[in-house]
Amino acid sequence: MECTECKKIIGKNKIINNPKFNQKSKNKSSAVFSNPSLCKEHFTIYFENKVKKAIKDFKLLSKKDKLVVAASGGKDSTVLLYLLKKLGYNPEALAIDEGIRGYRSETLKNLKSFCRQNNITLNIVSYKKEFGEELDTMLHGLKIIPCSLCGALRRYLLNKYSRKYNKIATGHNLDDESQSIVMNLLKNNLELNSRLGPKTGIDADRTAGTDANIKLQIQEISEGKGFVQRVKPLYFCTEKEVMAYTLLKGIKVDFAECPHVPESFRAHIRDMLNDYELSHPGTKKSIIKNFLNILPKLKKHCSRNYSNSAKNHEEKNSKTLRPCKICGEPSDNETCRACLFLAMVKSNNSKAKSLNNNLLQIRV
Amino acid sequence: MKIFIEKTNKKLEKKFSGTVAELLNLLKLNSETVLVTKNNTLVSENEAVKDSDEIKILSVISGG
Repeated sequence: MECTECKKIIGKNKIINNPKFNQKSKNKSSAVFSNPSLCKEHFTIYFENKVKKAIKDFKLLSKKDKLVVAASGGKDSTVLLYLLKKLGYNPEALAIDEGIRGYRSETLKNLKSFCRQNNITLNIVSYKKEFGEELDTMLHGLKIIPCSLCGALRRYLLNKYSRKYNKIATGHNLDDESQSIVMNLLKNNLELNSRLGPKTGIDADRTAGTDANIKLQIQEISEGKGFVQRVKPLYFCTEKEVMAYTLLKGIKVDFAECPHVPESFRAHIRDMLNDYELSHPGTKKSIIKNFLNILPKLKKHCSRNYSNSAKNHEEKNSKTLRPCKICGEPSDNETCRACLFLAMVKSNNSKAKSLNNNLLQIRV
Repeated sequence: MKIFIEKTNKKLEKKFSGTVAELLNLLKLNSETVLVTKNNTLVSENEAVKDSDEIKILSVISGG
């Protein structure tokens, strides 16, 4: 099948500048991608334009930003690093090493190599150093979905180690976001959905003078605490498009899937959405489009709830942002999610140790 | 036709000629979740493939 953009140009029987693509073409080119049907050249332009448009339309980044990319060595974050560097944003990279056996060391190897070749500063923070043990060890005997524990600890570390930057860019793509929206819908969690979108967190420059919780967050950011703003430049790119771009550009990444993913709720939602997309093309894009339309109202609704509870922040179940009583990091509750999970891990370790000691005594 | 399915690390040999979309349908693979190369070149689902081609089916799902 031919590239539709090449066909337009050939069809007019002359070489023209295509203003949308800013590209001349006089050769028929086979399509390397379906929907849209584009050749290698035009697909590359299409993909890069999508990212530039997201950055522009949602004011995600400026060249003055001190920017870090949450990187893993996987295709999304590596493509993001590559593109942001190409577009002149000068990102640094921050990676979290959970120590997941047979997976993380490989992805980090690729990431280190990529950053070296592209002159990108890379910082790696490990669970082992921060928490004393790796994820797989923490999970022993713990009845918990691995992604719940891992997600909380990763977010905690990403926020803690990105304070010297004013923005974190993540490689979340259209598939990731549509899955999150559906997951939160099914769990009846409006508040989590209100925190999604191409840009999340407080933009301190623009929201001065709004409700009590936001004022508190702005104050914390100015003091070098609080949540660092996050942006998702790949927001409108599908996972398939990101993979195609990786292959066409020859970007060396690890395509492995985390071994814990199949156990997750997200994996079920992902499979469901992909099946539905096959029979109803455009489903995922519709989810995103619809969500973005209602997001401002959703934020307002949830923000109103924050304001009301901010007046009585000693109230039980109050959703005001405050420092965690254990680690001091920003938290919705008295104790942040990361500390709650770490306490669970510690308690599990104590029980295991006590059981072992009892068994030893019986043997003796 | 030599076919390699990357996700399951499976190698197949099949008699087939048609489009990539038809091949994926035959193998019961969801085109949303894969990209296909023909003789090491990325191709779209409408691409015609024949017995002498070497096909690789790559999963787009990765990461965590």
